[in-house]
Amino acid sequence: MSTGFIIAVLATAVTAGTPIFYAALGELISERSGVLNLGVEGMMLVGAVTGFMAGSITQNHWIGLLAAMAAGGAMGFIHAFLCVSLRANQVVSGLALTIFGTGLSGYLGKSLVGTPLPDPFRVVDIPVLSNIPVIGPILFQHDILVLFSYILAPLCWFIVFRTRAGLNLRAVGDNPGAADSLGVNVFLIRYVSVIVGGILAGIGGAYISMAYVPTWMENMVAGRGWIAVALVIFATWNPLNALWGSYVFGGIDALGYRLQAIDVSMSPYFLKMLPYLFTVLVLILVTQRNMVYRIGAPKALSVPYDREER
Amino acid sequence: MALEAVKPGRITIEKDFSPSPFMQILVPLIAVILALAICGLFLLLSGQDPFAAYSKMFFGVIGTSYGMTETILKAIPLMLAGLGLGLAFRMRLWNIGGEGQLHMGAFAATGVALFMPDYPIWVVLPLMFLAACFAGGVWALLCAVPRAYLGVNETITTLMLNYVAIFWVDYLVYGPWKDPEGFNFPLTATFSESATLPALAGSRIHFGLIIGLIMAVILYVVIYKTRWGYEIRVIGESEPAARYAGMNIRRQIILVMFVSGALCGLAGMSEVSGLVHRLRPGFSPGYGYTAIIVAWLANLNPLATVVVAVLFGALETGGYIIQTSGISANLVSVIQGTLLFFVLGGEILVRYRIRLAKPAVSAGEDSA
Repeated sequence: MSTGFIIAVLATAVTAGTPIFYAALGELISERSGVLNLGVEGMMLVGAVTGFMAGSITQNHWIGLLAAMAAGGAMGFIHAFLCVSLRANQVVSGLALTIFGTGLSGYLGKSLVGTPLPDPFRVVDIPVLSNIPVIGPILFQHDILVLFSYILAPLCWFIVFRTRAGLNLRAVGDNPGAADSLGVNVFLIRYVSVIVGGILAGIGGAYISMAYVPTWMENMVAGRGWIAVALVIFATWNPLNALWGSYVFGGIDALGYRLQAIDVSMSPYFLKMLPYLFTVLVLILVTQRNMVYRIGAPKALSVPYDREER
Repeated sequence: MALEAVKPGRITIEKDFSPSPFMQILVPLIAVILALAICGLFLLLSGQDPFAAYSKMFFGVIGTSYGMTETILKAIPLMLAGLGLGLAFRMRLWNIGGEGQLHMGAFAATGVALFMPDYPIWVVLPLMFLAACFAGGVWALLCAVPRAYLGVNETITTLMLNYVAIFWVDYLVYGPWKDPEGFNFPLTATFSESATLPALAGSRIHFGLIIGLIMAVILYVVIYKTRWGYEIRVIGESEPAARYAGMNIRRQIILVMFVSGALCGLAGMSEVSGLVHRLRPGFSPGYGYTAIIVAWLANLNPLATVVVAVLFGALETGGYIIQTSGISANLVSVIQGTLLFFVLGGEILVRYRIRLAKPAVSAGEDSA
């Protein structure tokens, strides 16, 4: 394999990983507040279709992105209302969100199948960085959303681990009763976290339909939302780990795709299985590792908060 | 009752430990109506006439023998998979791999059908049945064993294996199992007579319905009348309590997931053997996912699962019928998702009592 091939695979790993990163970051924030959201796949699909739709109509990718964020946030709000206010079962509510989002995106996107996007996100030219040999093409010859994720990951890490807001967030996810008695508004924090999670999933979905592919196909998120949920565990609820972790998952995706292009003798159906099998395998290894090092999920994850039961 | 002063007109939510059966029926009913209303509004906004669409769905299903037959045909896989998923959900095992287990069941049944064409029906069909149960069960075990021994999240692993199973079936029908006389279409050869589930009384409805009904009754008895079912219910209610009582939770996780996967595998076998008579890509329009909603709406009760599966069969059939009016069949998933939202939201009305606290009064006047 030539270095050119390896650089191409690594560069694709970054673009393939970016939608997973945004979605996983959203899920991470939501889970840090104690709310499990299995609706990521549905939120991404709705984000993808609304972003594509708004982007097509207005011929402006920024408006498309805003629409995707709004749609993802609205989906997050539904989940927050059901799980935080009505204390519904978080697993089932998330599954409902995914089924609903899959149907809704297929319904809305029916007339969009096969139409080109007039103004997709394109590679931006950053003067010095993109010219560095090897690293430039892998990390910096990308669109603005990839570049923004480099800033977003450390920023979120800082907020979660080094600010008062982050402390409150973690407290609410670990021990909402104690946080509440210290005057932290548990319900508000959970609402905000789940909605922010939805917004980020919307960006992740829009990235697929407006930058990575860019076109609309039914069910085009293809399980990346679920991979994002797995990535949160892989990343041990840490935004920085989520960033590089997403490139590992993106890399498997990219590798299958690239191997198909250079005509290996393996059946394409087996190559397509790779990311899913890899996720299962990684999840098993990571769970074992987390057990050994006693790294756990937020302690109140998926437990609805009931003031009376404090 | 709390006697401390409450703010006038404040809404309080308190736990209701004996939910009335009336509410348990009423709340889902209201959820259905609200879901249809919301989706009607949605249809209106997207430029369709909701009344025309709903009446076309309704009379297309109820008024025609085609609609009724299709309803039952779609109810069969939903019933079998819904029973399987419901059993796992009862133990708080989130098996959402029904679609994959269904595909593996169909794959195994097809294997038997293709490679034993000349054996009599009483050999082939039981073998297909066992092969499908085994394949679906093993597919679920791939997630159950890591869950039981390492605590690996089964929601994600079961879902991931759905994609793998679907690609596996695709690989077979596009590759080694493609019918050599099939004009290069991605289909296996048609099953022989002895690999076909018999039809009932001259209709297209096949023996899978009987299997589904029998399974529902068996599961009902198992869950409510046997020691094993009792353990499943206790573990589902409270794992610490079950552990304290000395129940072997690991063993139950593995057993329940195997049975759950086996039932989903049966759904796949009944589809290929009863209806399609061959394996082809996309033979299941997501029955394994719809069955999640079926199981939950049935409150995980096996007998109720049969009823809900028929209702959802009707809904799916209605979705096919309105496609002729240019409305995407995806509308059905939207309705199903919305329905589940309302049922989930409504559960608080069953589990809790919401009351408007009266303005604070002194203790003497309180219960006059």
